[in-house]
Amino acid sequence: MSASADRLLLRLDDAGVRLGSVSALRKVSLSVTRGDVIALVGANGSGKTTLLRLLHGLVDSSGARAVGDPLAVQAMVFQRPFMLNMTVWNNLRLALWLARRRVPRSEARQRTYEALQRVGLVESRDRPARVLSGGEQQRFALARAWAVRPDLLLLDEPTANLDPSAKKEVEALLHGFAADGMTLVMSTHNLGQAKRLATRVIYLDHGEIRLDAPTAQFFGASADERARLFLKGELPWTLD
Amino acid sequence: MNEFAQSARSALDLIVHADAALVRTVALSLAVSGTACACAAAFGLIGGAWLAVARFRTLPILILLLNTLLALPSVVVGLAVYLLLSRSGPLGAWGILFTPAAMVIAQTILVLPVVAALARQLVADAMVEGGDPLRSMGAGPLVSALLMLAHERWAVVTLLLTAFGRAISEVGAVMIVGGNIEGVTRVMTTAIALETSKGDLPLALALGLVLLAVVGLLNLAIAAAQRGRFMTPLIEAR
Repeated sequence: MSASADRLLLRLDDAGVRLGSVSALRKVSLSVTRGDVIALVGANGSGKTTLLRLLHGLVDSSGARAVGDPLAVQAMVFQRPFMLNMTVWNNLRLALWLARRRVPRSEARQRTYEALQRVGLVESRDRPARVLSGGEQQRFALARAWAVRPDLLLLDEPTANLDPSAKKEVEALLHGFAADGMTLVMSTHNLGQAKRLATRVIYLDHGEIRLDAPTAQFFGASADERARLFLKGELPWTLD
Repeated sequence: MNEFAQSARSALDLIVHADAALVRTVALSLAVSGTACACAAAFGLIGGAWLAVARFRTLPILILLLNTLLALPSVVVGLAVYLLLSRSGPLGAWGILFTPAAMVIAQTILVLPVVAALARQLVADAMVEGGDPLRSMGAGPLVSALLMLAHERWAVVTLLLTAFGRAISEVGAVMIVGGNIEGVTRVMTTAIALETSKGDLPLALALGLVLLAVVGLLNLAIAAAQRGRFMTPLIEAR
């Protein structure tokens, strides 16, 4: 087995997703390898969230979805973090309980504490999770994902609707996760964030991958005309 | 109007002096309806939660049937249970007709569709927001559905209160399968019907007031509990 095959986490080949009568993704092929930090960019409705859900196995596709390492752990942070009606601490313990096959019971308490410490929410452990502020909720969602020690973390617009300060905090956490070797795939509308965090940018347009390139190349001289228009903010609403 | 005022005063006297017949009737009503609700909750909450996440071909028909059963007439339930438990019926050997046990069975059947249908809707609505995140964390459909019941526990309490209200206020089923035997199967609603027909309005009115007071007190208890809801940990805290 080659070194790149060893590092492969996920691969999609000609994958397509239909949501009712709408073709949300078409002929999508991509590989996610260990250490990647991938930013999915594109206009609203271009298929970013559907692609994340497909990578996570939450939707069925017409093509092939191959898992490179069956033992690799995945986690996903949704745009609006869902928290059960209980305390911050209990929400985290529940996440570890649900992942119990991967987390020995004796470790769960320690991990819960470490996760809250990492995102600066130890003081809020006894607060109801649903009354946290937007930034705190997003940090909590990151802590919950981090607690299960994922090899691959999928993030759906993790800083959407956050103020600049909260955005900066979340970005710093993501930077830390990537530095620890975690593979990240995130959708974002914030091109500056993609530039700062990603090693690779995938541009989606009407459910198709138009460009998949290293970050410097994407923001340098994009080969794709529509990607160039998107970067300039001049992409028209209609396809043609 | 005078007669009503006089009856109300007599009713209050009975309540204040804890009339023995009144207390016995109220206690039996609470025991029968409370047990019926507990039985219906045990099956209905889990069944309803499962229906919210289950996927099979005949599911829409089952849901339609369940929603139709919300309007199940209590006398029809009473008649069906009577036929089942009567000497010549398939369960006649149990010998529980005209006992509180038969009344519990009848009321359980009556409120089970209420609990299941409302629980199904509650979980289905909650799954719109939380279904994918829970699945993403590793929860299977049934575990997700049960977690949603815990998540919406205050709505579940309200649901159970609705079921209890339906059970304690029905008269048809308990009259048929209980027989309204004094000191044995006489509950508030059957006593009200009997005392009214006998013209003993004070006792009937007193029972009516107690019936309302019981539900009112339950509402108060739930409101008080809701105030401290975040202080109730579901999983061991630290």
